[in-house]
Amino acid sequence: MLSKLKFLFKTILLTELFQGLRLTGKYFFSAKTTLQFPEETTPTSPRFRGLLALRRYPNGEERCIACKLCEAVCPALAITIEAKPRESDGARRTTLYEIDLFKCIYCGFCEESCPVDSIVLTREKHYHFTERGQQIMTKEKLLAIGDKYESEIAADKTEDAPYR
Amino acid sequence: MMNELITLIIILLKIVLIAIPLILFIAYLTYFERKIIGYMQSRIGPNRVGIYGLAQPFADILKLISKEIIIPSTSNRYLFIIAPLLALAPSLVAWSVIPFSQGKVLANINAGLLFIFAISSLSVYGILIAGWASNSKYALLGAMRSAAQTISYEIAMGFAFVGVLMASGSMNLQDIVLKQQGGVFHWFFLPLFPLFFVYWICAVAETNRAPFDVAEGESEIVAGFHVEYSGMGFALFFLAEYANMILVSTIIALFFLGGWLSPFENIPYIGVLFSWVPGFFWLFAKTSIFLFLLIWMRATFPRYRYDQIMRLGWKILIPITIVWIIVLGLAVQLKLPPWFS
Repeated sequence: MLSKLKFLFKTILLTELFQGLRLTGKYFFSAKTTLQFPEETTPTSPRFRGLLALRRYPNGEERCIACKLCEAVCPALAITIEAKPRESDGARRTTLYEIDLFKCIYCGFCEESCPVDSIVLTREKHYHFTERGQQIMTKEKLLAIGDKYESEIAADKTEDAPYR
Repeated sequence: MMNELITLIIILLKIVLIAIPLILFIAYLTYFERKIIGYMQSRIGPNRVGIYGLAQPFADILKLISKEIIIPSTSNRYLFIIAPLLALAPSLVAWSVIPFSQGKVLANINAGLLFIFAISSLSVYGILIAGWASNSKYALLGAMRSAAQTISYEIAMGFAFVGVLMASGSMNLQDIVLKQQGGVFHWFFLPLFPLFFVYWICAVAETNRAPFDVAEGESEIVAGFHVEYSGMGFALFFLAEYANMILVSTIIALFFLGGWLSPFENIPYIGVLFSWVPGFFWLFAKTSIFLFLLIWMRATFPRYRYDQIMRLGWKILIPITIVWIIVLGLAVQLKLPPWFS
C-alpha cells in the first residue's frame, strides 16, 4: 500500500525526470574531456606499436645484418629480405628489405626477434597512402623513418629495456 | 495612394526587422544547442570556425546552400518542393502577432491567441506533405507519426489556451500580458500551473523535439519525414523546427510568465532599479530559459515509445486540462485574489 502510494507520488511529481535533468545539469558544469586533436594528442606508451622503422648505429652504419629472423617470425609474411655480401667490405647486408604494410599486423614479433635491435616499431600512428604501391616500405624508406625518430626510439628502448 | 504605399513600405520594413534577427537567432540557436548538448556530454562542441566556433552556423548554412538538391524520381515533384516552404512559413507568420514589448507588435489583432493556435497547427501540413511526396516508406511513417502526435497534443494545447483565455478574458496577446501586471506572483503560471505544465509538454510534442521526436526517430525510421531532402530543402525543415522552438518558448513566456513584464515589478527599490531595462530584454530572457530547457531535455530524456506518447496525450494531459479548466472557471467566478480580483 505504502509502496503504491510512494510510486504514485513519484509518478505525479516526475521525480525521476528531475533526477535525470539534475544529472545532465551537473555534467554541464563538469570538466570536459575533449582533446584538441591537431594541437594535442593522446599520450602513447613507449611500447606503442606504430609505423615500422630500421635503425642505424650512431656511426651511421645500418644495424641490420640480414639474419632473416624477422622474415621467418613474421606471421603475416609481410617481410621480404634478400641478402649478399657488400661490395666494399664484404659485410653481410640486405640488398632488399621490404615490408608490405597492408599485410603487416603490427604484432611486434620482428622487433622481438631482432638480435641487433634494427627493425623497430615507432610511436608514429598518423600516416597514409595516396597511391597504389606506397604501402611497400623499402629499405630506404624504413631507414629514413628510423633516422627521423632515432632519438625517440632510443629513449623508448632504454625505458623498456629492463622489462625485456 | 502615396500614404498607402508608405504604410506598405513601413510594414515591409517591420517584417524585415523581425525576420532577419529571428533567422540569426535560429542560426545561433543551432550553435548553442550543439554547445550545450556537448557540454552535457562532457564534450566542448563546435569551436573551430571563428572564435569559440561562433562562425559555425554560417559555415553550416554555406555548406547546405552549396549542396545539390536531389529530387527523388518517383516523388511528387511539386509537393516535394513546396513542403519545406509550407513547414517554414507558418512558424514565421506566427511572429506577426507576437508583442515584443508594450505596443511593439506587427499586427495587434484581437484574435491573436486564436491566430497563433491556428497557424502553429498548420506547420504539420508541411511535414505531412513532405512525407507523402517523398514516396519513401520511412518518410511516410515519420509523417504519419508526426500527424497523429500533433493531432492528439493539439487538443490539450487548445485547452491550455482556453485556460489562458479564461484567466485573461482576452484573445489579444498584449492584453493577456498586461493582465499579468504586478510582479511575479501575478503571472499566470501560478494559477494556471497544471496548464502551464501541460502546455510546455504539448509545445515540446508540437515542435517534434526530444523526447517526443518520434517523427524523426533516427534509430527506427532513419530521419523520418525529411529523409529524402538534401541541401536547402533540408535546411528549411531544420529552420522550421528551430523557428518553432523559439515560437513556442516565446508563447509560453507571453502566456504564463508575463511576457515583457519585469519580474521585479512592485518590489520596493529593486523594481525601480530595474525599471530602465527594456521590456524586450525580459521577454528575451524568459524565452531563452525555455529554449535552454528544451535543449536540456533533449540531452537528458530518451525518446518516448509511440503508444506511450498517445497514452500521455489522451489519457493524462487532456483530463488534467479539463479538470483545471473547471477549477479555473470557479476561481474566475469567485474572483479569487490576487489574480482574478
